[in-house]
Amino acid sequence: MEPAVLTGEHFFNGDVACAEGALAAGCRFFAGYPITPATEVAEHMSKRLPRVGGVFIQMEDEISAMAAILGASCAGVKSMTATSGPGFSLMMENIGLGIAIETPCVLVNVQRAGPSTGLPTLGAQGDMMQARWGSHGHYEIIALAPSSPQEIFYQTITAFNLSETYRIPVLIMADEIVGHLSERVIIPDPAKIKLHSRPRPKGRKDRFKPFQPGPNGVAPMAHAGEGYMVHFTGLTHDERGYPVMTAEAQAEMMERITGKVRRNLDKIIQVEKYRLEDADIALVSYGISSRSSQAAVDEAREKGIKAGLFRLLTVWPFPEEIVCELASRVKGFITVELNLGQIHLEVQRCARGMAPAILVGHAGGSAITPEEILANIEELAGRVQGK
Amino acid sequence: MNTGTTPKHPLDGLLRTDRIPHIWCPGCGIGTVFSSALIAISSTGTDPMKTAVVSGIGCSGRGAGYVNLDSYHTTHGRAIPFATGMKLAKPELTVVVFSGDGDLFAIGGNHFIHAARRNMDLTVICVNNLNYGMTGGQAAATTPHLAKTSTTPMGNPEVPFNLPLLAYASGATYIARWTMLHTRDLTQSITEALMHTGFSFIEVLAPCPTGFGRKNKLKNSDLLRIYQEKAIVKNGANPAETILDLEQGITLGKFVDYDRPTFEQNYARIISN
Repeated sequence: MEPAVLTGEHFFNGDVACAEGALAAGCRFFAGYPITPATEVAEHMSKRLPRVGGVFIQMEDEISAMAAILGASCAGVKSMTATSGPGFSLMMENIGLGIAIETPCVLVNVQRAGPSTGLPTLGAQGDMMQARWGSHGHYEIIALAPSSPQEIFYQTITAFNLSETYRIPVLIMADEIVGHLSERVIIPDPAKIKLHSRPRPKGRKDRFKPFQPGPNGVAPMAHAGEGYMVHFTGLTHDERGYPVMTAEAQAEMMERITGKVRRNLDKIIQVEKYRLEDADIALVSYGISSRSSQAAVDEAREKGIKAGLFRLLTVWPFPEEIVCELASRVKGFITVELNLGQIHLEVQRCARGMAPAILVGHAGGSAITPEEILANIEELAGRVQGK
Repeated sequence: MNTGTTPKHPLDGLLRTDRIPHIWCPGCGIGTVFSSALIAISSTGTDPMKTAVVSGIGCSGRGAGYVNLDSYHTTHGRAIPFATGMKLAKPELTVVVFSGDGDLFAIGGNHFIHAARRNMDLTVICVNNLNYGMTGGQAAATTPHLAKTSTTPMGNPEVPFNLPLLAYASGATYIARWTMLHTRDLTQSITEALMHTGFSFIEVLAPCPTGFGRKNKLKNSDLLRIYQEKAIVKNGANPAETILDLEQGITLGKFVDYDRPTFEQNYARIISN
């Protein structure tokens, strides 16, 4: 056996750092399908998992990969898959199953430019709305966005912790640039890594209801083979897990699966504020684009423009309260993202017309440069001056 | 026998009796297959607490909802990969996939062949009613050529899979086909399949009078008569020579039963090198 946590200093690309984060978080099952630019996550897991007592399987497609990690998680093992756009599309139906049967798992999307086959080797952030709404029906989801190999290492641990705490699939919305960028990654001592596990049932097995929420709104989870004789179904179901085909049961189940996220927003959402205290222009960004944004903020400050960065580590649920609050004190928003306006729509919505909100983005294929952002900061600052 | 109270059925322990009545139509054959599966599960002596049932979507897919075991009613076609993950995560589990022909062989066909190729240690029971019953009787990958369904109103232009041959070519290591009339043989086969280490596949023909029968002017008794009269029991038959033809004959029997390493066994051996 090898140590699961490779404490020390490494030079990893984002994909490998992600895999190491998963192992440090206790992931012991990975099912995947090769796809650029996420393949290295699977490759690394295929090498490392058997050496830490886990199992890797390459499935026949991404549909089965997603199904397999749900099955493994229902048997009690922390599970993950990794993919990119086309595979992400194929996983959508079973993400919905994971949400309905409240089964923890982590799904990494190393985004490339789409639609369709798009630019397999070049980065984009074009799947952000798909991450929010890609599976049918109304639901809540948690999605994180890493900006570096070091951050993806930590975010993968956070993703597992959130997925276990709230019994929900958690998405890591990386991008090709972060996935393929090699940088220093420091892995701490295992004792310094805080891990969470799904709530577990106590008491009489014959009285156990697998979907009866506990104190924080999350039901304890019984695993296959433990004698609880649970029934899990993607049909609308009651607290016993039994299908009930009524509007009332639907409302009750939806309250359960959305409420546990909505009532814990303060514990779920992580954001970073950079030079925002006195900012006139607030940049909103995440992932690789937030690095260019931070550089642009510094350059703008040097030119005397009060710019700041609101960096989303958690993209979904969207930190709407904070953006609404910002809207009342900044003179303008610039959303910086590698698409033609997705999170930008959320910023516009939360700005509520109180401050202009513009987009710096393009269709994907290259990172957004600080110069491009700076030009827009200067333009917007000029426009809102004196307002 | 207790007088004045309803006698307990011997399978009650394995049934979610609070979910009865079930949704299956009068004349449907799934219940018989379901009951054979439960008898087999209880006769193997395996711990019911260590047995999980996984289903996909459709009439047969509802099987998971009635069994008082850890049971998972998943998405359409995806029971096998879900079961694969479950088995790999907890190898001591006996994992049974109970689903229909539409679920396992049209939308889920790719997963079936790959799980068979890997020789995943799963028992797959396919109730073949020759059509999509739940949605009202549409053509399936198993519907006979020229048969009428609600999406082949003039007759089915396609030809069906021969499931035992497909399973054999894909690498399944236990393969049998019965009809729901052959309950003794069927139960025996399911028992053997549960004990078999590797990918086991059992196809069971079961009538769907509501969907398939009605459109083909076959009463339930007609379908059952065909099952009885056209059955050719041929244990050990070459899967390539088996037929399923409502006029020419239906080859039944245990066709394949051999051992080769499972995915788990191969994985364990390779990683220890």
